[in-house]
Amino acid sequence: MTKPNRQGEVWVFAEQQDGQLHDVSLELCGRARLLANQLGVTMGVILPGNNVESLASTLIAHGADNVYVVDCPRLAQFTTLPYARAVCALIDKYHPQIVIYGATPLGRDLAPRVASEMRSGMTADCTDLQIENVIDPKTKTEHENLLLQIRPAFGGNIIATIVNYDQWPQMATVREGVMPLLPADANRTGRVIRENVEISEALMAVRVLERHVEQRKVNLKASRIIVAGGGGIGSRENFELIYELAGVLGGVVGASRAAVDSGFIGKEHQIGQTGTTVRPALYVAVGISGAIQHRAGMEESAKIIAVNTDPEAPIFSIAHYGIVGDYADVLPKMIKAIRTRNL
Amino acid sequence: MAYNSIVCIKQVPDTAKITADAMTAEGTVNRAALPAIFNPEDLYALEAALGVKERFGGTVTVLSMGPPKAASILRDSLYRGADRAILITDRRAAGSDTLATGYILAKAIETIGSYDMIFCGRQAIDGDTAQVGPQCAEKLGIPQVTYLEEFLNGEADRVRLRRNHGNGWEVVESTLPVLITVVSTPDAVRPWAARRVMKYKKARIPAEVISPEELESLKAKGLLLEQWTMEDIHADFDRCGLAGSPTKVYRIQSVVLTKEGFSKVEPTEDGINGMIHELITDRTLG
Ligand SMILES: Cc1cc2nc3c(=O)[nH]c(=O)nc-3n(C[C@H](O)[C@H](O)[C@H](O)COP(=O)(O)OP(=O)(O)OC[C@H]3O[C@@H](n4cnc5c(N)ncnc54)[C@H](O)[C@@H]3O)c2cc1C
Repeated sequence: MTKPNRQGEVWVFAEQQDGQLHDVSLELCGRARLLANQLGVTMGVILPGNNVESLASTLIAHGADNVYVVDCPRLAQFTTLPYARAVCALIDKYHPQIVIYGATPLGRDLAPRVASEMRSGMTADCTDLQIENVIDPKTKTEHENLLLQIRPAFGGNIIATIVNYDQWPQMATVREGVMPLLPADANRTGRVIRENVEISEALMAVRVLERHVEQRKVNLKASRIIVAGGGGIGSRENFELIYELAGVLGGVVGASRAAVDSGFIGKEHQIGQTGTTVRPALYVAVGISGAIQHRAGMEESAKIIAVNTDPEAPIFSIAHYGIVGDYADVLPKMIKAIRTRNL
Repeated sequence: MAYNSIVCIKQVPDTAKITADAMTAEGTVNRAALPAIFNPEDLYALEAALGVKERFGGTVTVLSMGPPKAASILRDSLYRGADRAILITDRRAAGSDTLATGYILAKAIETIGSYDMIFCGRQAIDGDTAQVGPQCAEKLGIPQVTYLEEFLNGEADRVRLRRNHGNGWEVVESTLPVLITVVSTPDAVRPWAARRVMKYKKARIPAEVISPEELESLKAKGLLLEQWTMEDIHADFDRCGLAGSPTKVYRIQSVVLTKEGFSKVEPTEDGINGMIHELITDRTLG
């Protein structure tokens, strides 16, 4: 547990697997850059792995001033203890004021372990981060420039803002896809700092024997337009109409969990709390009620069109365009309207 | 070889049943207005532990922290096959964040003493943090394996597990003891066993007992469940409850669904053409 260090950097944990950086780490670089500018400090990225130094230039292009590389064969595959050791050692050495991690399965495995070892705070799965002066309601003390860690809680029914007054670093995991990926600037310069951290044999308590990666056939996050079908579509065959609309719009197909669970479409298409979080330019929700767990994954979309037979469906409350009607009737009309305009 | 397992379980408000009635004027949730249930993923953790006991022998102890009414999930666990059930209930634990909760559970686990595996659900539906398991493992100084889908095999000093890493799965081997968080089990969670319900439905923690006579009689029948305080687990008060929690809730807002900029579109060709036209004009399309 460390005292507040207001000169400390803002850090991002860079997640990589087999030398491939995770998108969320670059999304976080963009936000960390803004936070660092606001605080008037530099921005650092910690990059543990094996033969990963070549990734540093990408991180610098996305906003890092300093990239701390911990390169070690024992970090070739992610297991918690060696990675936690690497991160804790660097926090102990540099005392950053903020450390953020992607709220990926890996980030949410690692980050709480680090927080426990540091005896500092950790907020899970944030959807926003801000800097603000905060008055502790209990002691009336003013704390300058704290990190507001904003997250949905209680099944998404409330939004909680969490702060950490004095047991720094201030740490959080941040949900994928909620921070915009800012364009890279190849002209930015930064330093690459090699760090030696001892990873003892005792930390190798867990070994990966076999690893199976499922190919994602659909790239939901990279798509500007998503047409998603839900339980209301009724069958795998009927989903053809969803594919057709997506096709004429140049988009990809998403789905609610009800559609996935009913076998209309594969799990890799699922959007929501337990699927992918997306923020496309246009989201068309067809036969989707708009349960809170689904909205959690799509409500940041720039424009939302909802098609539903039930005028009371919650999806309408976040939609920009609401069409009350049967999709079997509405979708062909949409397809025709777009075709005649030849987008 | 037999394994001794401890399963950490939590009673949670059923957040799926939330309505406006369950929200207070300040935007906080009135937990009392919601049904209290066994956290769904903790049931998977219990099932995984009971499966291990069935295959290899050993014991299953369930451990929970919460108010006295959480004793109902202890009984539920006994109905499904747990051997021993303990509730940590103490006002000084109230307001604990994940760090403090991990600490308290670890102190209780150390008090239980010998164990090979700790099972936890991945996360609880009221907080969705998934942090308590890893933090408890760190406090105990033991390795962790998150997102278990299947317990594959066990030897005297190690276990083989299949976990979901988000983009697929991996098989890992861990030394013992280890803390495991569970996302699913190959078999459905076993139901209550009628025979065990008959046996344990009268089981109580001391806080649920009214008279000293009843207490004595329960004890004699082996139906008095364990209820522990901070003293029983030798916890350092500074590390529990609000005092031991670095994260503070600064603000709570209930989610108000935004209606701004909503247009109702008639399901007619004209209506739909108009919408498409607008989307082209504002450059969403085209
Ligand atoms: C822990 C947890 C995590 C979850 N994670 C996710 C997640 O990641 N993603 C997700 O989507 N869900 C998730 N869910 C499930 C979620 O709560 C809902 O059950 C699910 O989103 C419902 O999907 P749906 O709206 O498509 O189906 P339904 O609830 O079946 O709704 C179907 C809708 O279609 C409409 N409809 C019916 N016929 C027609 C027609 N002919 N034309 C037009 N409309 C029609 C109906 O009016 C209705 O609104 C999760 C739940 C839990 C508990």
